[in-house]
Amino acid sequence: MTDLLNALVLMLNFVIIPATSYGAQLALGALGVTLVYGILRFGNFAHGDTMAFGTMFTIFFTWLFQGLGLSLGVLPTALLALPFGIGVTALYAISIDRLVYRHYRVKRSAPVILTIASVGVMFVTNSVVRFLIGTNEQRFSDGQKFIIKARDFKEWSGLSEGMKLKTTEALTVVVAGIAVAALFWFLQRTRMGKAMRAYSDNEDLALLSGINPERVVMVTWIITAALATLAGVLFGLDKSFKPFTYFQLLLPIFAAAILGGVGNPLGAIAGGFVVAFSEVMVTYPYKKFLKYVMPENLEPSGLMQLLTVDYKFAVSFIILVAVLLIKPTGLFSGKVIRA
Amino acid sequence: MSQSLRPILLFAAMAAALLAVGFGQGWPVMLVILNLCLISAVMSVGLNMQWGYAGLFNAGVMAFVAVGGMVAVLISEPPVMVGWEAGGARILVAGVMVATFSGLIYALRRFISRRWIKNWGTAALLVAAYFIIRPVFEGGVTAVESIAAASAGNLGGLGLNILVSWVVAAVVCMGVAWVIGRIALGLRADYLAIATLGISEIVVAVAKNEEWLTRGVKNITSLKRAPVPRETNLQQAEWFQNLVSTLSGTNPGDADFKTTVIEASSIFVKLCFTGLFTIVLGIVLFLAIRALNSPWGRMMRAIRDNDVAASAMGKNVVRRHREVFIVGAAILGVSGAMLTTLDGQFTPTGYQPLRYTFLIWVMVIVGGSGNNLGAVLGGFVIWFFWIEAEVAAQWISVNMEKVLTPYLDVVLISLGEGSLKVQHGVTWLKNAAPHFRYLLMGMVLLLALRFSPRGLIPEAGAARAH
Repeated sequence: MTDLLNALVLMLNFVIIPATSYGAQLALGALGVTLVYGILRFGNFAHGDTMAFGTMFTIFFTWLFQGLGLSLGVLPTALLALPFGIGVTALYAISIDRLVYRHYRVKRSAPVILTIASVGVMFVTNSVVRFLIGTNEQRFSDGQKFIIKARDFKEWSGLSEGMKLKTTEALTVVVAGIAVAALFWFLQRTRMGKAMRAYSDNEDLALLSGINPERVVMVTWIITAALATLAGVLFGLDKSFKPFTYFQLLLPIFAAAILGGVGNPLGAIAGGFVVAFSEVMVTYPYKKFLKYVMPENLEPSGLMQLLTVDYKFAVSFIILVAVLLIKPTGLFSGKVIRA
Repeated sequence: MSQSLRPILLFAAMAAALLAVGFGQGWPVMLVILNLCLISAVMSVGLNMQWGYAGLFNAGVMAFVAVGGMVAVLISEPPVMVGWEAGGARILVAGVMVATFSGLIYALRRFISRRWIKNWGTAALLVAAYFIIRPVFEGGVTAVESIAAASAGNLGGLGLNILVSWVVAAVVCMGVAWVIGRIALGLRADYLAIATLGISEIVVAVAKNEEWLTRGVKNITSLKRAPVPRETNLQQAEWFQNLVSTLSGTNPGDADFKTTVIEASSIFVKLCFTGLFTIVLGIVLFLAIRALNSPWGRMMRAIRDNDVAASAMGKNVVRRHREVFIVGAAILGVSGAMLTTLDGQFTPTGYQPLRYTFLIWVMVIVGGSGNNLGAVLGGFVIWFFWIEAEVAAQWISVNMEKVLTPYLDVVLISLGEGSLKVQHGVTWLKNAAPHFRYLLMGMVLLLALRFSPRGLIPEAGAARAH
């Protein structure tokens, strides 16, 4: 019995809790990508760097607040800085839209042209991040580090396996939950949200019924910037901030969005969790787990790891390939924003 | 400006810019830039086939370049016999097993029409393959990597002339492209982009981690670049010393003769590369232009401009896309092998997507999508600016520092205890200088796409939608 409990705690500690928070981060990222897909109708390659941009400004505001002596006690100061980071990123996204994307939208260019434009935006955003904060790793989480410490848990439960719960992990899930709830409420209940869904569903019909496209696009960018910053900050708090890692998140994020059905917010969330859980479960060494579960003389000799962590991109890629081969429309067939 | 004069003038301007570098920064610098310009031009021609001819968004140029580099290593390195003895057989067996399972999966998908048997059968075979092959493979890998880990720890290659790898790289890349094409072509345009982006991350991860194959992050240095001599050998060779003494007018006894020979040997080696690369670019360009102007090329452009009409005329759009994707990938592979030959080493950490994928995109868009000469020009121009932008940024930051030296302690903003001084600004500028070129490239891409979407040398007679 204790063996089974130990095995369960082991899984919770190394697979379920980390994958849940990573999944929430990916889901937020994929929501941003899917919104741009659904409403502006192109794959936004600059999304990873937008996340880095938003995180960078949140870090700046965090440093400022730390310098001023402001803090949230047990919670990281970054939470206080978040709205300001989102604000700057939203302004940036809207200006980029005015300067770059609007031209192609008005001309009704092919989506792939917008995607190429987003590559240009990616270069520029990337260089802005390099200019302002450099390429080094930054850690900006403060406050209380753990909600449950591994040692406390061991003492409390008497098990040999400890379980830790980082503040950032709990925070990620809570903040992501609030953000997603707010987004769905917005898309379902407000005039603007309905206008966005209509615009995504049928652009011409929406225009005909008097929806102002520029406003729809502007709101889309604000929401995208907010989601990108949230995803980036939560990821950075949980792990650390390194600009290049954010570019590499592009692959799991796109895999999540495509898996869920492009343009489908619910799908993006499901996709985020599927990708995160697959990635963590495939790269977790099960040796210790099997030791608890299996009878004594059947213990495995190797690490029992399906793939090393170096190949975690392969997991997103395999998921992507499987979706493209079997059901290219994704789990919840997408293309338009349905809430 | 007339259509035929424009390319000539632009290439003349490019040549003038390179000459200016030669006179200003010295000929070795100019030749380094020129050689990479030539490789960039080959890459750009390859990507132009995929994007310019067919409108395919390949976001994984880096994958093919890196595969080309790996092939160069595996062809030219001498085999490491101790490695082969230790675990080579097991790895070979694993390879044969991979081939067998691939064959089984292919047969299953080919000959069975029931969809669910197809998909679940494939999945079952994949799982079985994983669990059967992995122990065999891993045992071999551990054995190989533990042998002489500091100097080798890999299997080495075939020990052939590195030029062979330029051809083999093309073939291997065609295989990779075939697989990607089977998966991602025929769906939305951006699915191909994501799939290629994914494959490029995986290829680089393989290069970094599979030490038995490429020594991973331990790098492979001093590759044999057979037709091109080594500088040190040249400096010893009598004919070269005689050549230098006739050309420069100095004699072997003179005081500065040795430095002259060293300088001359470096220039000679670079010129050899320039010659080789020019030949390759010439062949690739000739074939690319012939292909574009053939019925096949016209069909490709017709598909690109209106795939619905083309398929109504009986053209198999997906198949044609796969063809052009594979041909473009082959050219990219050649360029990757050339690059590794020029570097003389293989460093997996050097493969960054901004440099090896998206910079090539800037080249094609700026040069002129759909026009091969445009792609070549784009390769030259963008590589030139990529290098010179950093030089310029460094120059500016160094001179700013000189100018501002007397004012380093002037306070700009005071913030409580810490205050922002001019000194901080100068340090910032110095750190920021290397990143300037990313901004420049982004701006160039955006401006070109907006104000000159058809590029420096536009495609002849094309009226593209954007």
